[in-house]
Amino acid sequence: MNTKLTTIKSPVLEGENGIIYPSANVMLDLNQLKKVYPTPKGDYVVLEDLNLKIMKEEFVTIIGHSGCGKTTMLSMIAGLNEITGGSISVLGNRIKGPGPDRGVIFQSPSLMPWMTALQNVLLGVNQVFPDATKAQRNDIAKYYLQKVGLEDAFHKKAADLSQGMQQRVGIARAFAIKPKVLLLDEPFGMLDSLTRGELQDILIEIWNKEKITAVMITHDVDEAIFLADRVVMMTSGPKAKIGDVLDIEFERPRTRKSVLEHKDYYTYRKHLIDFLEH
Amino acid sequence: MKQSITLERVGKFMGLGFLTTLKDLFTGNLEREDFISFLRKVIVPLASILLFIGLWHLGAKALFQREANFKIEKALTDQGQAAADDMKACIASGDVSCQPNTLPAPSQVWDSYKSLLKDHRAISDDKEAFIQKTATINAKREANGQEHITYTGRPSFIDQIIMSLKTVFAGFLLALIIAVPLGVLIGLSPTLRSAFNWFIQIFKPVSPVVWYLLVFMIVKTLLIYSNDDSSFIISFISVGLCSMWATLVNTAMGVSSVDKDYINVAKVLKLGPIQKVFKVILPSSLPLIFTGLKITLSVAWMVLIAIELLAQSPGLGSFVWEEFQNGANDSNSKIIVAMFVIGIIGFLLDRIMLTIQNAVSFNKNEGI
Ligand SMILES: Nc1ncnc2c1ncn2[C@@H]1O[C@H](COP(=O)(O)OP(=O)(O)OP(=O)(O)O)[C@@H](O)[C@H]1O
Ligand SMILES: [Mg+2]
Repeated sequence: MNTKLTTIKSPVLEGENGIIYPSANVMLDLNQLKKVYPTPKGDYVVLEDLNLKIMKEEFVTIIGHSGCGKTTMLSMIAGLNEITGGSISVLGNRIKGPGPDRGVIFQSPSLMPWMTALQNVLLGVNQVFPDATKAQRNDIAKYYLQKVGLEDAFHKKAADLSQGMQQRVGIARAFAIKPKVLLLDEPFGMLDSLTRGELQDILIEIWNKEKITAVMITHDVDEAIFLADRVVMMTSGPKAKIGDVLDIEFERPRTRKSVLEHKDYYTYRKHLIDFLEH
Repeated sequence: MKQSITLERVGKFMGLGFLTTLKDLFTGNLEREDFISFLRKVIVPLASILLFIGLWHLGAKALFQREANFKIEKALTDQGQAAADDMKACIASGDVSCQPNTLPAPSQVWDSYKSLLKDHRAISDDKEAFIQKTATINAKREANGQEHITYTGRPSFIDQIIMSLKTVFAGFLLALIIAVPLGVLIGLSPTLRSAFNWFIQIFKPVSPVVWYLLVFMIVKTLLIYSNDDSSFIISFISVGLCSMWATLVNTAMGVSSVDKDYINVAKVLKLGPIQKVFKVILPSSLPLIFTGLKITLSVAWMVLIAIELLAQSPGLGSFVWEEFQNGANDSNSKIIVAMFVIGIIGFLLDRIMLTIQNAVSFNKNEGI
C-alpha cells in the first residue's frame, strides 16, 4: 500500500517553457477563472486567477470557508452562472451554458414536488435519450432508483418523501442522464449523520461503477477525506483561489473503518484543519 | 377506520374541521381534551348564532317601535287624536296596510323564506302544467316549422338564483380563459410585463358599475342588428372583466417567481421551452393560480349583484332591486332572505374553490 504523504501534488501538465498542454486525461480545466459580482457598493471580486485541472474518473472534494466562493465556482462549471474572466473547458471544449454532460446535485434535493420519484428521474432521461423507447427510458430510470435503494418508492410523490429519500432521487436523477462530470454542492449538508453515511456509500458505489468525474463541495473534513482522491482547499475571499491541494492516497474500495484506522488519516485531517484555521 | 379517515380528510380539505369532532361526539370517541375543542368548534359558533339572532330580534323590535311611534305622532299632528288612535289600533292588529316599514325581525324573514319557497312550487307547477298543455301544439308547430310556444311567466326566487349562478359561472369562465394564458405570458416575459403593467394598474381598481357601462357601450353596438336580449351577455362579460384581475396578477406572479432551483434543474437538463412551461413552470405556479381563481370567483359573485341590478338581467340582483322598489309589506324580509342566500352561496363557492385548490397544490396547507 502506498502510504507516502504528499502535499500539493496536483497533476500539473506543464511542458517546456511553462506552457500548459491540454492532456487527454484532463476532464475539467478551469483556467485563470475570475468572477465579479456587481454590488451597490461597487464590484465584488469573488474569484480571481483560479486554476484547477481535474482528471478523468477523479473524485475531488472542495473545502473552504463559508462565503469564499465555492458555490459560485461550482455553478460556473455547471453553466448556471456567468463567467467573468478566464475559461472552463470540459475535455478541451469551452463550456457555453449548462448541459447534461455536467450533472448537478444541489444542496436541496430540488425535485419537482408534484411529480413521482420516477417522473423526476424520467424528466432528465427523456431529455438525454430522446431516441430510446418509452420502456427503455423507464428501465434506465428504474435502474438508478434501484441503485439508490428506492425500488419501493417509484410512484411516490416527491413531496411525500423524506429529505434523505429526496436526495436519493436527486442522486438517481443526476446519474441517470449519464453525465461526464457530476457536480455536487454540499449534497448531504441537510441530512443527519446516519443518513449522510448511507448516502456517501451509495454515491461512491455508483461513482465507482459509472467511472465518471465528480467534484463535490463539503464542509465536513471527514467526508472530504473519505470520498476524495484529492481535496482542494480554497482561500478565503475576496479574490479566492486554490490555496492548497491534498492527495488522499487510500486504496479503493474504502470502508469508513479502514480509513479511520489508517495511520495517515490524522495527518490528512490535521493538514486540512490547519489550512482552515490558518 | 378507512371511512373515518376519509371523512376527516374531506372535512379538513373543505375547512370544515368541526365535522370530525361532531362525528366523534356521536361515536363516543370524545376524549377530555377533545371536549374543549368540541366546545370551541361547535358550541361557540352555535351560541354566537343564537346571540346574533337575539340581538337582531331586539334591534328589529326597537326599530319597529320607533317607526310606529313616528307614524302615530304624525297621524296626531296631521289629522288629530282619532286618526292617531286608529293608527295605533291598526298597527297593533297587524294589518298589512299600516305596518311600519323597517328592518324585519328574524321570524318575519323566516316566513318570507317559506313563502318564497311556496311561490317557487306554485310557479313550477304552473310551468309544468303549461308544458303539458302545449306539448301537442308544440309538436304540431315543430312539424310546420314554426317556433315553439314558451313559458313566459314570472321567474321564481329559485329560478333567479339559478340565473345568477349561470351568470357568475359564465363570467368566471371568461375570466379564466382570458386571465390564465395572459398571466402566463406576462409572467414569462419581463418585456410583456412592463408592457402590461400600466394597463393592469389602471384597470384593476375600476368599479363594477363603470365596467358595466363600458361593456354596455360596446356590446350594444356589436349586437345592434340582433333582437335577442343582450342583458345576460352584458352582465356576464362585465362580471368576467371585473373579477379577472386577481387571477391575472396571481398567475403572472406565480409564473415569474418559480423556485430558482426548479429553473436550474430545467436548465441543467436542457428542457425546451414547451417542456419547461408545461412540466416545471405551470405545475409549480398552480397553487398561486388557484389562489387567484378563488379570489376571482368570490369577487365575481360579489359584483354580480350590482351588475345584474344595473343590467336588468334576471337574477338575485334584479330580485333585490325589484323588491326594494316594490315596497310591499314583506319586501324587506325578502331582501334579507336574498342577503342570506347570497352570503351562503358565496361561502359555498369559496369552499369549493378551496377544495380544488387543496387537491392540486403539492404542499398541503391547512384550509383557512
Ligand atoms: N448573486 C450574487 N450577487 C452578489 N454577491 C453574491 C452573489 N452570490 C454570491 N455572492 C457573494 O459571493 C460570495 C461567495 O458566495 P458563495 O455562495 O459562492 O460562497 P460559498 O463558498 O458557497 O459559501 P457557503 O459555504 O456558505 O455555501 C459571498 O460573499 C456571497 O455573498
Ligand atoms: Mg455554497
